[in-house]
Parts: sequence; C-alpha cells; structure tokens
Amino acid sequence: MGKLNSGVPEGELKNKWVNYKDNIDLVNPANKRNIDVIVVGTGLAGGSASATLAELGYNVKTFCYQDSPRRAHSIAAQGGINAAKNYQGDGDSTYRLFYDTIKGGDYRSREANVYRLAEVSTNIIDQCVAQGVPFARDYGGLLDNRSFGGVLVSRTFYAKGQTGQQLLLGAYSAMNRQIARGKIKMYNRHEMLDVVVVDGKARGIIARNLTTGEIERHSAHAVVLASGGYGNVYFLSTNAMGSNVTAAWKAHKKGAYFANPCYTQIHPTCIPRSGEYQSKLTLMSESLRNDGRIWVPKKKEDVEALRNGTLKAINIKEEDRDYYLERRYPAFGNLVPRDVASRAAKERCDAGFGVNQTGEAVFLDFSSAIMRYGKEQALLKGLDENDASLVKKLGQDIVKAKYGNLFQMYEKIVDENPYETPMMIYPAVHYTMGGIWVDYNLMTSVPGLYAIGEANFSDHGANRLGASALMQGLADGYFVLPYTIGDYLSDDIRTGPISTDTKEFDEAEQQVKEQLNNLVNNKGKHSVDYYHKKLGKIMWDECGMARTEEGLKKAIQDIKSLRDDFWKNVNVPGGINEMNKELEKAGRVADFLELGELFAKDALERNESCGGHFREEYATPEGEAKRNDKDYTYVAAWEYKGEPADAVLHKEELNFENIEVKERSYK
Amino acid sequence: MNLKLKIWRQKDANDKGSMVDYDIQNVSEHMSFLEMLDVLNEELIEKGDDPVAFDHDCREGICGMCSLYINGEAHGPDRMVTTCQLHMRKFKDGDTIYIEPFRANAFPVVKDLVVDRSSFDRIQHAGGYISVNTSGNTQDANAIPIPKDDADLAFDAATCIGCGACVASCKNSSAMLFVSAKVSQFALLPQGQVEAKDRVTNMVNKMDEEGFGNCTNTGACEVQCPKGISLDNISRMNREFLSANLKKS
Ligand SMILES: Cc1cc2nc3c(=O)[nH]c(=O)nc-3n(C[C@H](O)[C@H](O)[C@H](O)COP(=O)(O)OP(=O)(O)OC[C@H]3O[C@@H](n4cnc5c(N)ncnc54)[C@H](O)[C@@H]3O)c2cc1C
Ligand code: SF4
Ligand code: FES
Repeated sequence: MGKLNSGVPEGELKNKWVNYKDNIDLVNPANKRNIDVIVVGTGLAGGSASATLAELGYNVKTFCYQDSPRRAHSIAAQGGINAAKNYQGDGDSTYRLFYDTIKGGDYRSREANVYRLAEVSTNIIDQCVAQGVPFARDYGGLLDNRSFGGVLVSRTFYAKGQTGQQLLLGAYSAMNRQIARGKIKMYNRHEMLDVVVVDGKARGIIARNLTTGEIERHSAHAVVLASGGYGNVYFLSTNAMGSNVTAAWKAHKKGAYFANPCYTQIHPTCIPRSGEYQSKLTLMSESLRNDGRIWVPKKKEDVEALRNGTLKAINIKEEDRDYYLERRYPAFGNLVPRDVASRAAKERCDAGFGVNQTGEAVFLDFSSAIMRYGKEQALLKGLDENDASLVKKLGQDIVKAKYGNLFQMYEKIVDENPYETPMMIYPAVHYTMGGIWVDYNLMTSVPGLYAIGEANFSDHGANRLGASALMQGLADGYFVLPYTIGDYLSDDIRTGPISTDTKEFDEAEQQVKEQLNNLVNNKGKHSVDYYHKKLGKIMWDECGMARTEEGLKKAIQDIKSLRDDFWKNVNVPGGINEMNKELEKAGRVADFLELGELFAKDALERNESCGGHFREEYATPEGEAKRNDKDYTYVAAWEYKGEPADAVLHKEELNFENIEVKERSYK
Repeated sequence: MNLKLKIWRQKDANDKGSMVDYDIQNVSEHMSFLEMLDVLNEELIEKGDDPVAFDHDCREGICGMCSLYINGEAHGPDRMVTTCQLHMRKFKDGDTIYIEPFRANAFPVVKDLVVDRSSFDRIQHAGGYISVNTSGNTQDANAIPIPKDDADLAFDAATCIGCGACVASCKNSSAMLFVSAKVSQFALLPQGQVEAKDRVTNMVNKMDEEGFGNCTNTGACEVQCPKGISLDNISRMNREFLSANLKKS
C-alpha cells in the first residue's frame, strides 16, 4: 500500500492557485505550434479544454462517439451552474462556496482543489455571457439566480431547464471557432479504445472509427480524458445511453489509479420506472425543489387507496400529508442535499408509504407554489387575490415560465398533467463522484495523461451538490487544465512529432483488435443488453442507496461470474469493419463488468457511511450516515493488477486545515 | 398492441436500400418509440438477424441525436417532441408504421436509419460563434444589462437541438430554420452584434454550398420542429442578411 502525493502547492489556501500560476513554466507561442494534445470528450470539460488549448496555440485533436460534439451528455443538464458571484447580496463568497462543497461532500474531498474551483467559478459566468449564453435574467436585465440543495444562498445561474444545453453550445461554439481556424481537428463518431504509453508517458490513443469500423492510431504529447461518468454501470440511470467508462477504464488498465469508485450519486427526483423494457430514467431537475414540496400520505389506508386508484393525491387533506423532509430537516427542508433526500424517500417507501403501484414513488407537489405565485401576480396586476381559479391560472403561468420544459417532459412520459396533480418521483442513479485519480494539476498517475470533468474524482468528495458538476467541468477545461498542462508540456518543446510506428502502438492496436474479434466471433446465446441488465440489477440491489458487508461480498461474486458468462456466451451480431452498434455496446459492457467489481470492493473496504456511500452497519440512531474520520479520511485510489480482485489500494490522506470537520447536519 | 413495421434497411452508404417488413407483438402503450425498436432489435438478435441501426443518446429530447421519419413525419405524429420522447400510446393495435431515415441531399444515409448530419456542424464552423477568447478575463457578466424580452427570445432560438427535422420535413430540404435559430440567438444579444453581418453572410453561404434547398415559406419546418423554433427567426435572418449584403455591395 503506497502513499499518494497530490502535489498541492505550499502556502495559504487562498494564495495557492495564484502563486502556482505565477511560478509554473510556460510554453512560448511558437513552441505551442509544435505540440499536439488529444482530448477525448466534448462535454463541458472536453469542449472547453479543446477550445482553450487550441486558442493558446496547441494542435488539438478531439474525439467523441456522437455524430457531433454538441451532443455530449452535458447537453442534458437541466437545473443550473453555481458561481460565487454574490449578485443577490445574500452573503455568498468564495469561502462559502468552498465550505458548502466540502461539507456537501461529507469531508471527503481535497481542500486545495475545491478552493480553486470556488475561486474560478465567477470567471465562468463572465466567460459564458461573453460567448452569448442566454442565461435567465430579471426585468432589470441582470442575471437571475435560484437555489439548489445543501446551501443557504442563491448562487445558481440557469437557462430555464436547459442550462447544460446552453453552456455546452457555448463551449461548442468556442470549439467551432477553432475548428474553422484549423486548430482543432474534430473526430466525430470515434471511440477511444486504449491509451498508448511510451517510456512511461501517455503519447496517444487507439480509436475506432464508428462509421467504418477502422482502427486508427493517434499520437500526441499529452492526452486529456474528458469522457464523463460511469453511472450506466447500473444499466438504468439518468445518463445518456452511450455514456460509458471505457476511456477511463482503459486508462486505469494502463496505470491510472481509479479513485473512490463507490461514491455514486442517487438523485432524489427522477421519474419512477415503469416496465421491463425501460431503457433509461429521466431526471426532474433539483431546481424543482425550490418550489415543489415532497410528501407521502400519513395513513396507510390512503396509500392503499392511491395504489388501487380509488383516491387521488389532490383529495388527500393537508393534515394527512407527511412532508417528511420538512419534518426531519427543518433548517433545509425540501432543499437538503441529494444523498439525504434520496435516503429519506427510500425510508418512507420501505416503510410502506410509496404512492404508486410498485411502491417506489413519492409526490413532488407544486400546488402551494402555484397559489403563492398566483397571489403575488394578482396583487401586482391589481386583480382579485381571492379568486381561486384566477390565482391558480396566474400561478401556473409563472411555474410554466420557470420549469415549462420539465413539466412538458414529465407529461409526455407519464401522460399526466403535473400542473393539476403532483408529480410522482423516485431516486435514480445520476452522477459518479468517483473517477480517475488526479493530482492538483489534474494529471493522473500516468505522466502526460490528464482527466477532467466527471471522469476524474476530484472535487465533490462523497456527494456532489447540485449545479456543481457544470461548474467543475468548465472550471477544469477553461481555467485550470490550460495552465497545468503547459507546465508539463514545457519539457516537450524539443520532442518533435510522436511517431505512431512503434511497438507500443503496435501492441495497443493488437489488443484492441483481439478484443473486438473475440466479441464478434463468440456467437453465444445472449445479447449484450441481457448482461447489462443483469449487472445493473446486482449493482442496484447491492451497491445502491444502502449497502451491507454481506451484500457487497455477494455482489463481488455475482459480478465475477456474470463477467465469465459474458465472455463465454455473449452474442454480438455483425462484423468489425462496419457500423456496428451492438459491438460498441459490447465493449462498454465488458468494461462495466470489471468496474462493477472494483466498485463493490471499494464499497466493502470503506467501513463507514459518508455522502452517497451508505453502509447500513454505520448509521446514527436517527438513520443518518455515520462517518469514521479516524480511519477513513482518505481517498481510496486503486491500482490495476489484472483482475479487479487483485487491485491494490493506495491512500491519499485528506487534511483539513481551513475547515472544521464536523458531523454533517441539515436539521 | 400488435404492429406491422415497415423499416428502411440499407447496409451502408453505397447500398441501394429498401423497405423491409417486421411484425412486433405485445407492445406496451407506455413504451417509448425507441424502446419499441429496442425490443424489436432484441428479437432480431435472438433470431440471428442484423438489428436495425438508428441514432440516439440522451433519450430525453435534448441531444438531437435521434431522428426517424415516422409515417411521413419527422419525429412522428406527436408535436413538440423528438422521436425518443414519442410514446406508443400515440399508436393503436394493428397499425402499420413506416420508419425511414431523415432524407435530404445534405444528409446522406450511413446505415439503415442513421444519417450523416455533419453539414450542420460545417455551417456552425462558418460563423456560429462569438469571437471571444476563453481566458475568462472578459468583463463582469452583469456589465451589460440585457432586456429580459431579448434574453428570452435569444434563449428560445438557442434551444434548437440541431436534429434536422426541419430539413427532413421541408420539400426543398432547406435548413433555414436551423441556421436562423443560431443567427437570431446572437443577433438578439449585444455580444453577438459586433460580428453579426459577417456571421449571417458566411453561414447562409455555407448552407447553400452544403446543398440545402431554398426556403419557399411553406412552414412545414416550424410544425415539425420538436423545440418550437419559430418562423420569426427566418424573417429575422432574412432582414439581417439583406442589410448585411446591401451595406457590402
Ligand atoms: C440529466 C442530467 C442532468 C444534470 N443536471 C445538472 C445540473 O443542472 N447542474 C450540474 O452542475 N450538473 C448536472 N448534471 C451533471 C453534469 O451534467 C455532468 O456531470 C457533466 O455534464 C459531465 O460533463 P463532462 O464534460 O465531464 O462529460 P460528458 O458531458 O458526459 O461528455 C463526455 C464526452 O466524452 C465522450 N466520450 C466518452 N467516452 C468516449 C470514448 N471512449 N471515446 C471517445 N469519446 C468518448 C462523449 O462523446 C462526450 O463527448 C446532470 C446530469 C444529468 C445526467
Ligand atoms: S430548428 Fe428545430 S427541427 Fe431544425 S434542427 Fe433545430 S430543433 Fe431540429
Ligand atoms: S436521443 Fe437525444 S434527442 Fe432523442
């Protein structure tokens, strides 16, 4: 077991990043022209990094598996992006954003990285506005804010329920400008299938052209992974269908440590599952908890009546409703952080109060908000505030303006009108805090290999606060990596182009081809989805919202046997040298089958509950997560040694010098 | 419900392609259209046949990756939704459903229902951006107030997902709705005005060069657009284009 060095600069917390930037080596513009960088991914992290590196003068090659960089999964982010602008004058500051993030992450993240994130957050908003991102504004023409869970200020900037789309299109436009200048060469419909390491440094990748099936070699002086999260290891999640761990996992196999794989975020407000054929789950943004109140009935007989259709939610009297978040957490109410809200929903449903047929749903109700807004509008417009139907109409208009697209999405899926009856929601897998281990420079344990955005583990500890992933992706790509990578590349100004005609590239290509051949020649009995669904079920049952030693041990065994079965019996139709969507899926599921085991192993090793990682054995009498700071205040970074069972643990101790480590309370 | 599907199958870009019939049983009305195709594909794989290739990713109507021309309509019979948001409750037992790719000269078929929409990206390369560097050292975000109505209109235009339904539903395969959405977003914001004239000229020229047709104001695009992008954007772009090119000549 080794110790890991995070490379955090010396000095006072608030001066670290400034001093660091003042003292790093720079690459002069003429030399940048001779340096190539590969970026895998075009989400907020990869898109912003590609644009900025190209603008600085590097030759950038960027890859994504979709048919256009604009379709990266960041596009789906709904609710907003945080920044410590303090435009509302409600007491926000860099320190408070830092504090909220560390506390929200249950004291399992690295102080210096989080402080830097908070520090650059304000630049993000300036940058995006300059790029033409149409954030929501108030009537005075200034930027509007909303609140997200786990904080007491309004620091979230938003563009209706499409914030991710607007930010990503901003990054995409910045990329387009560089593509037009020839500084980014864009490889759409390409999937990275391996990293190539030469003399201990990352020097390229092997990619498959998903249109033709051709295997390609690409070299560079550094490789940046911005390939997103691995929530799809659960099969059902709010992630896009193609979201995968392949890029990160292949890097792991080439020496990049994988950190805290068990830290997963289960988001409290998603549309419940409906059938066996279901392919994905849909998020209802956390922003809805600004105005929606969560409840279940107090009485079992009302639950029964709801389930058999003899009672409607709107007919349940106020005093018979249990607003359990407001009851349990009076200080934060409906805006407790996600891990807390999800566990509370599970607790009520497990106790038999779930409001739909499957017993796995709670209500998210807008009627109070509709009436509140309606009254305000009636007063503003000089209308009769006692006319209930008028007030309701006015209120609905406001709610529509704020969340219209989310309500429409809900109605299209569920076929019920959420303006009239409360939404039904249930927790679903949403985000992975774990990821590739990186140091302060965002470099992995392989020199020259970087990981940014959701793909790395860095800033959110054991639980991410809402609206902070978009912030981190853009911070990494626009403002952090462009500095840190320069410091590394300053040694490469005389290296010259990296040849792809070497034994390292030969070997990597050979391995990739072998795996693809094995998959298509196997001609087994079961489809790829058959295995993915089975894996998903193991993960959800044993590594979901509540975990136990026994369950995790079982999961490890079950995943291993499932993996063996996959390689014996999977059936992938079609060939290699063509567009073959089943083959793409097969490669991704093969990697999930390895990651899943490491995930369970990590969860088993962590004998405490923290953030999204909840071990039933470690709970307070009130059922809250109970940390063990004495033994587990570290990042678990796993080194690949063959089978996931053989992975070796490296610990990065976390030191808190600027914040008092306390029990995390939202009461 | 039980359905008859007639699906366009085409091995690759060079293949001629044809419609092929499939039967599918026990389709639940709660399934999405793509989940129905997932089930069909599972059955095909089971039988040793080649599954139907189609594009999709987010499955919630935002990435713009899914396409499909269903019973003669881009994204199918429902309004304001993409194919991935279309649910089987819009169909009834015994229906025959025709499923084809989005068709346009500028969107060549890659395989089955998958088309190549990279022409859309190339139009964006021609001017779909504001030339500001990404250093973050711009002015404070609140330095220029923007009237809420302009900001809201810019936002509405910016919600285009680049799916191409407008092109597929236009008898001339025109990309005017798509291009005008981007041009309008920037034209409505002070930040976008500096380069407005070059932007509209370059993007429109590129659109023509990529082989998209002319706009004859039939308005089919607006009807089929899953994001409700308004024809007003086309008028705005026409005004921008005229004024840019009057000044130039
Ligand atoms: C429904 C939903 C709503 C959300 N809402 C919010 C929100 O309101 N606020 C917030 O802060 N966060 C939100 N999040 C989280 C946030 O959207 C993501 O964490 C973030 O966008 C991830 O960005 P990224 O750039 O790291 O990766 P992604 O956007 O996932 O991009 C990954 C990129 O990598 C590419 N890629 C992946 N693997 C390969 C490979 N092997 N080869 C080549 N390319 C590859 C993909 O093509 C893609 O371009 C939400 C997430 C979801 C699922
Ligand atoms: S304008 Fe509408 S139909 Fe056309 S690409 Fe944009 S979203 Fe799709
Ligand atoms: S799959 Fe993303 S819009 Fe349909």
